[in-house]
Amino acid sequence: MKISLNWLREFVDVPVGADTLAEQLSLIGLEVAAVESVHPGFAGVVVAEVEAVAPHPDADKLRVCQVNAGTGESLQIVCGAGNVTAGMKAPLIQVGGKLPDGTAIKASKLRGVASQGMLCSAVELGLADEADGLWVLPDDAQPGTQLDALLQLDDTVIEIELTPNRGDCASVLGVAREISALFDRPLQNAEPAAVTPVHDDVVPVALAAAADCPRFLGRVVRGIDPQAASPLWLQERLRRAGIRPISVAVDVTQYVMLEYGQPLHAYDLAELHGRITPRRAAVAETLILLDGQSVALDEDFLVIADEQRALGLAGVMGGADSAVADTTADVYLECAWFSPAVISGRGRRLGLQTDASYRFERGVDPQGQRRAIERATRLLIDIAGGQPGPVDESVEPSQLPTAGPVTLRRERLGRLLGLDIPDATVAGILERLGMTVAATATGWTVTPPGYRFDIAIEPDLIEEVIRIHGYDRIEAQHYPLPQVMKREPEQPANLSRPREVLVQRGYQEAITYSFGDADLQTALCGEPGLALANPITSDMSHMRLSLWPGLLQALGYNRKRQQARIRLFETGLRFFLQDNEIQQESVIAGVAYGGRYPVQWGLESRPLDFADLRNDVEALLALGSDDWQLHPASHPALHPGQSAGIFIENQMVGMLGALHPGHQKRLDLNRPAWLFEIRLDAIGRETVPKFRELSRYPSVRRDLALLVPTGVTAQAVLDCIGDNVPDVLNKLELFDVYQGEGIDSGQKSLAVGLTFQKSSSTLTDSEVDAHVDRVITALNQAFGAELRE
Amino acid sequence: MTDLEELTRAATEAAADAGDLATLDDIRVEYLGKKGKLTEQLKQLGKLPEDERPAAGQRINEAKQAVQQAIEARKQALQEAELQQKLESESVDVTLPGRGEQPGGLHPVTRIMDRVRRLFEGIGFEMAHGPEIEDEFHNFDALNIPANHPARADMDTFYLQDFPFLLRTHTSPVQIRSMREQGAPIRIIAQGRVYRCDYDVTHTPMFHQLEGLLVDENVSMAHLKGILTTFLQAFFERDIKVRFRPSYFPFVEPGAEVDIGCLFCDGHGCRVCKQTGWLEILGCGMVHPNVLSACNIDPEQYTGWAFGMGIERLGMLRYGINDIRLNFENDLRFLEQFR
Ligand SMILES: [Zn+2]
Repeated sequence: MKISLNWLREFVDVPVGADTLAEQLSLIGLEVAAVESVHPGFAGVVVAEVEAVAPHPDADKLRVCQVNAGTGESLQIVCGAGNVTAGMKAPLIQVGGKLPDGTAIKASKLRGVASQGMLCSAVELGLADEADGLWVLPDDAQPGTQLDALLQLDDTVIEIELTPNRGDCASVLGVAREISALFDRPLQNAEPAAVTPVHDDVVPVALAAAADCPRFLGRVVRGIDPQAASPLWLQERLRRAGIRPISVAVDVTQYVMLEYGQPLHAYDLAELHGRITPRRAAVAETLILLDGQSVALDEDFLVIADEQRALGLAGVMGGADSAVADTTADVYLECAWFSPAVISGRGRRLGLQTDASYRFERGVDPQGQRRAIERATRLLIDIAGGQPGPVDESVEPSQLPTAGPVTLRRERLGRLLGLDIPDATVAGILERLGMTVAATATGWTVTPPGYRFDIAIEPDLIEEVIRIHGYDRIEAQHYPLPQVMKREPEQPANLSRPREVLVQRGYQEAITYSFGDADLQTALCGEPGLALANPITSDMSHMRLSLWPGLLQALGYNRKRQQARIRLFETGLRFFLQDNEIQQESVIAGVAYGGRYPVQWGLESRPLDFADLRNDVEALLALGSDDWQLHPASHPALHPGQSAGIFIENQMVGMLGALHPGHQKRLDLNRPAWLFEIRLDAIGRETVPKFRELSRYPSVRRDLALLVPTGVTAQAVLDCIGDNVPDVLNKLELFDVYQGEGIDSGQKSLAVGLTFQKSSSTLTDSEVDAHVDRVITALNQAFGAELRE
Repeated sequence: MTDLEELTRAATEAAADAGDLATLDDIRVEYLGKKGKLTEQLKQLGKLPEDERPAAGQRINEAKQAVQQAIEARKQALQEAELQQKLESESVDVTLPGRGEQPGGLHPVTRIMDRVRRLFEGIGFEMAHGPEIEDEFHNFDALNIPANHPARADMDTFYLQDFPFLLRTHTSPVQIRSMREQGAPIRIIAQGRVYRCDYDVTHTPMFHQLEGLLVDENVSMAHLKGILTTFLQAFFERDIKVRFRPSYFPFVEPGAEVDIGCLFCDGHGCRVCKQTGWLEILGCGMVHPNVLSACNIDPEQYTGWAFGMGIERLGMLRYGINDIRLNFENDLRFLEQFR
C-alpha cells in the first residue's frame, strides 16, 4: 500500500522526516518496502497557454505554436502532438529545463523552424504510464506556474507491506492512527462534517442477510455534472496510491477508500429498480462485473440486488449494468459493512483481488460508514455539483461485531516477554492505540476499538504493548536448557553416513524437484504417479514415484554441457499409492555415467559395468545389516538382463541396474547409465556388533575350479557351499569367473577359495578332504557342477 | 719381514681401489682365502725358530685384521653407493596426481542443513520429521490458519488432484505432529522440503525450510532473542547485530521478523541490503495459545517459541549463491563448488 506523506500530515503531525518515519513504522510492525519521492525529476516545467497554432511549412505532422508561459512575451514552440489547440493549457519545459531522464532542453530548430522549449504529455514528464497527446491542464491553471507547485510534488510516498492482520491500517487514517500512537500526537480531521441534505429522496433498503451485512448506508445525489473532471490534486493522490483516475464519482469513492479504509460504491440511480437488498446469490445466478467479466455465483456469495437482479458482488466489485457512466447525473452512493466471513476468499475463487475485497476480508471499521459517506458526498458535490439527499442508514445492531473486553495480566505480560514494563507505560500505550483501559488488581481489562479485528486474546495485547514500547527493549536472555542425553543408536538415523559413503565414491549430491513430467514418469516407472490439482507447469505435474526420472534429467542437463563422466545421488521421498493409501518413502538413489574412473594417467579407461555399480551399492548396504541378497529383478526403467533387486528378509528394498537401452536412446545418451535406488530404512538398521571368540588354531585353504552351466548364478553356488559346511567355513572367496576357450560354450568356470578353521582344535587333512568332498557332491547334485581339470 | 708390510700395503690399496663387490671378493680370496697370500704366511710360521713364532704370528694376524678391515670398509662403501644408485633410479615424480576415484560433494542445501542440525543438536534439540504430503489440519487448521484466512491464500498451496491432501507449504506442521506426539516440554528442530506454487527469478516451487520449537514453563521472548542471537552468530561465525521487528504469523503471538546487520557492508548500506544496513533472515514468535491447545498443551501452564527460516536464504548469505534456481538445476559446475 502506497501512502502519501502530505496526505498523512492532514491527519496527524509527523515530527520526523520520511526516512526516519519509514524506519519507525517498520519497527512497530508496518514494514516499509520503499520510500520514494513523488517528483519524477524533471526541471523547468511551467503551465503554458497555447495562444495560436499554425501549420509547419515543411512537416505535415508538426505544428508551430505561440504560447504564453507567463513571461510576458510569447514563445514559439514546435509541437508534434495531435491534440494541440489554441486556448488549451499544457506543461511546457522551458529552455534550460530537463526531462525526468536528465535530457536538457535547448533552443533548437525543428525542420528549420525555431522552437524555444517543449510542450509535454504526462508520460514524458514521468507522471503517467500512457497518454493521448499533450497533457491538458485545467483552465484555471495560471500560465507561468511551476508544475511542481501546481501538483504539489513536494511529497514522499511510503510503500507499506501490510501483514494480513492489520486491515485497519489499509488507509491514510489507519496509518495516521499508528503514527499518533507512536509519537503520542493527537489525531485530527478524522470526523468530517455532515452534509446537509437538500431533498428527501431515498432508495428503500432491506437487510435480508443481516449477519453478512448488518449495516448499509445509502444516499441519493441528484444532478451532478457528468462531465466534471476530478481536480488535479485528487487525481495526483490517486496516482500516488497507484490508482488511475476514471470519473468523478468513481474517483471520489476511491479517494475516500484510500483515506478512511471504507470502500464505497457509486450506482447510476436510473439503473436501480425498487428496493435494494444485500442477499446471498442463488445457485448459478450470473452477473456481469464492472471489468466486463461474467461470473456464475452460488450461495457462498453475497450480492447487492434490486428487485430485478443482482447489481454487484458485495464487497468485491460492482456490476456493469448499474455502474455510473459518463452521462450519469443522478448517483446512488452505497457505503456498507460486510462481515469478513462472507467476503474472505470469494474474490480469489473468481480470480479477483480488488482494493475493496482486500479491505473487507481483513475487516473494515464497523463504525466508519457514516464518516465515509459524508466525506464522499462533500467531495462529490464540491467537484461536480449536485443535490444530496439524506443519509439513509439501515442497521441491525445485534449483528454488528462487538469487540469484547480482553484481560491483560501484569504477571503474564512480564512472563511472556521476559521484560517488566511499568503499569503506567502499559496503560498509556494501550490508550494511545484507541483502547479503553480499566485497571484491575492483577492488571487491566482492555476493550479494543471496533476497527481492531486482530485483538482477541491476551497475547494480542501483549504484542500491542511491546511493539509500541519497542522490541529492542527486550534483552536477549539465556534459557537454561535442561541437560538431556538421548538413548541413541550407535549409527544415528540421519543421512550423513550414506551420503558420506557416496561422496567418497565420487558421487555429487543433487536435489531435484519432487514432482515431474507424467509422460517421462510413465515411461520410466510404468505409471504417471500422484497428480497435482494445480501444477505450476505440465512438466511438474506429478509426484515422483522414484528419484530416477529427476536424476536422469539432471544427467541429461549435464550431458548437454559437455560433462563426460557424471555421478549424482539424491536422498528424498518417493510417493506412491498402496491399497489406496499415500505412501511417502525415504530413499537414496544414484546415477553413474561414463568411465569407471575419471580420465587419468596410468589407468586404462574402461566403461562402468554392473559389478562397479554393485560395489557402490554394497558400500551403502554395509552400513546396515549384512543379511541382504541380490536377485535378478525387472523394472521398466532398467535393462532386463542387467538389473537386480536388493532383498532383505525376502522383501525387496531396492534395485540397481543399467538404464534400458530404449530409454538411453530416448534420453540421447551415447553410453549406458547405471542406476540404483534403496530404501533408507534398509541401510539405517541398527546392528550392534557381537564379538566372537578368535580361533587359536591354524586355518586351511582349498581352491576349487568349478564348471557349472552358464545359467547358474554365482550366488547360488556360494550359497550351496556355505549351506554344506556351515560351522567350519571361515571364509569363502570367488576369485575368478571364466567363460571361453577351453570350456564348453554352455558352461562357465568359477574359481572359489574355501578357508576352513575350527575354534576348538586343529583341522586334520582328512577332515578338510571330507568337507571339500561334501561340497563337491552337493554342487554336483544341485547344478551338475564338476571340477575343472 | 718387509715382505709382510709390503703384502699388507698392497692388499689394503687393492681393497680401496676395488670398483665393485666382486673385485673386492677376489682380493679377499687373494690375500685371506685358504690359499691366500697372508694365509700362506701363517703356514710359513713353522719354518721359523720356535722363539720367533709368537711375535711373527701376532704380526701376521695384525696384518690379516688390517686387510680384513680395509675390505670391510670398502664393502660398506660399495654397498652404500649401490643402494644410493638404486634409490636414485627408483625416484618417482611425486607431482603426478594420485590415482583412483576423486570424491564428490554434498549439495549446498545439505551443507547448510547439516551445519544447523549440528549447532542445535549440540544444545540438546532433537531432529523431528514429518511428511511432505500433508493434510489441511496439520498444515493450516492446527496452526491457527482457518479456511479463507488471507494468510492461507498467501501461501500458494499445491493440492493433490484425487486426494484431500496438499504439499506442505512450510515445515511448521512438524511442530504440530511433534507436540501432539510428545506433549510438553519439548524442543525440536525440523528441516526439509516445502512447496509453494510460485516460480520466478526469486522463487522456486520447491525450497527448504528450517523450523525450531521450544515449549516449557516460563519460556519468554527474551529467551527467543537469546537463542536466535546465539545461533545466528554461531552460524555466521561473526558478532553480527540482530534486530526484532513486529510481524505477523498466525501461529505465533507476539510475532517477529528478525533482521541481521548486513553481512556485506557491516550495516553501512549496500545494494544487497537495499541501503538499509539490515537483512531479513527469519520469522519467529511466541507460540499462539490456539496452537498449543490444538496440540493438547495447556497454554496457561506452558509458553513457547518457534522460528522458521529459508535454507536457501542462508546459503545465499553464507556462500554468495545469487540465484535460488541454481540450487535445483544440478549443474555439476555449480555443485562441484561445494566440495
Ligand atoms: Zn548491506
